[in-house]
Amino acid sequence: MISQPLRNNAGQLKVSVWRGDESGGRHVDYDVPGLESQTVLDVVTWIQRHSDPSLSYRFACRVGMCGSCAMTVNGVPRWTCRSHVRDVARSNLLTIEPLRNLPVIKDLACDMSAFFEKWDDAMGRFHPTATRGDDVEPIRPGSIGRREADAGIECINCAVCYSACDVVAYKQDYLGPAALNRAWTLVNDVRDAARGARLRAVASDAGCHSCHSHQSCTTWCPIELNPTASIAGLKRQSALAILTGKISLDDE
Amino acid sequence: MLFLAQRISALIMAPLALVHLVLIVYAVQGGLDAQEILSRTRGSIAWATLYGLFVIAVSVHAAIGLRAVGQEWLKLQGTLLNVLTWGSGLGLPLLGFRAVYAVVAG
Amino acid sequence: MIKPHQKHSLWLAALVHRVSGIGLALFLPFHFYVLGLALNDTATLDTFLRWTEHPMLKVAEFGLVLFLALHLFGGLRLLALEFLPWNPAQKTFAALAAALSVFIALLFLLKAI
Repeated sequence: MISQPLRNNAGQLKVSVWRGDESGGRHVDYDVPGLESQTVLDVVTWIQRHSDPSLSYRFACRVGMCGSCAMTVNGVPRWTCRSHVRDVARSNLLTIEPLRNLPVIKDLACDMSAFFEKWDDAMGRFHPTATRGDDVEPIRPGSIGRREADAGIECINCAVCYSACDVVAYKQDYLGPAALNRAWTLVNDVRDAARGARLRAVASDAGCHSCHSHQSCTTWCPIELNPTASIAGLKRQSALAILTGKISLDDE
Repeated sequence: MLFLAQRISALIMAPLALVHLVLIVYAVQGGLDAQEILSRTRGSIAWATLYGLFVIAVSVHAAIGLRAVGQEWLKLQGTLLNVLTWGSGLGLPLLGFRAVYAVVAG
Repeated sequence: MIKPHQKHSLWLAALVHRVSGIGLALFLPFHFYVLGLALNDTATLDTFLRWTEHPMLKVAEFGLVLFLALHLFGGLRLLALEFLPWNPAQKTFAALAAALSVFIALLFLLKAI
């Protein structure tokens, strides 16, 4: 294996960072020393430590497990901890902004409340059918429902898909790809008791049927989940439930 | 329930639009003239049904589609949005049925 | 105008679907009106049809046929996406829909001129 020698300096990076709060803001330019191996999160951290300690941003694990460091990098939502500068910078230029579609608290930190509340609105909680007195229900890993649920289950709520979604931008109350993807994993969970109520929740005007299948969520998901496929599944199941009279949207 | 109407009208239109597309390519050969078109359509219940159904489906589909465009691109809401939806949803079938009547019965 | 996060082929497919849909919706009232002339004004209809023999009008008609084909085949892709089990080949389907549409519209143009 040929290893590249680590160079201390791969040129200066010109980094434009959005600074401000809910009342507005502007881009501020920083010069950051480039390194051979450097993530966008490293760049943000360098700015806070060496240029301006008042820069606010959010991160925790730095290894793509926690889902808290997502920002808009050169116009695209990304996990900053897993985005290498050499992959995303254009001729040493970086623009770093907070995620789209969420209110800014300060600088690069967004208020995620609406994003998480929509998980609840889409009935993203598991409703058990059994109690702790019952035996563990055997689930065949190869069953169709389990495979559908497994395909979407690894989501870590980073809101990259939510930020990439144009329908969220158009429609304030749209539940968004992450919450609907979560609902689809539960619709396919045979142990869950709330299937009908959940299909009804996601078939509302703010739900799955507003999706335009742009597939930006799927394009930018850092772990290559496919919320568009999950939402298509919800569209089928909820339309079927409406047409067969299993759920009704009348009293809305 | 607009989403359902949009999908159902699309399913109805898909085969009709295919027929229409084939007909366009076929009919344009050697140029169009009124007599040629009308000799095909006059008194034909089949054409009347086909295009009558097409007019209904396309009116529903276009009205719902334009409503989404109005909401998302033009940021319309309230009365203006309803005027766009109902204006297209009622205007198109009015003109459409007149056209079908003209080429089949007229 | 197209934002960085929108720069991927399936977003473009959605844009094509929307733009072709708007184009068709704007064209339809005019189309219906002209056909309505057959009711009591066949002469005007014929004058109009002769006017459409102009080469520039043939190019405009090519555009309309292209819009119809793009909206039809792109729409069939969307219906399949929504109502059939998920198929990961969406980009391929979108490309096929576009290619088929261009083919039909070109066929129309060749027959028309």
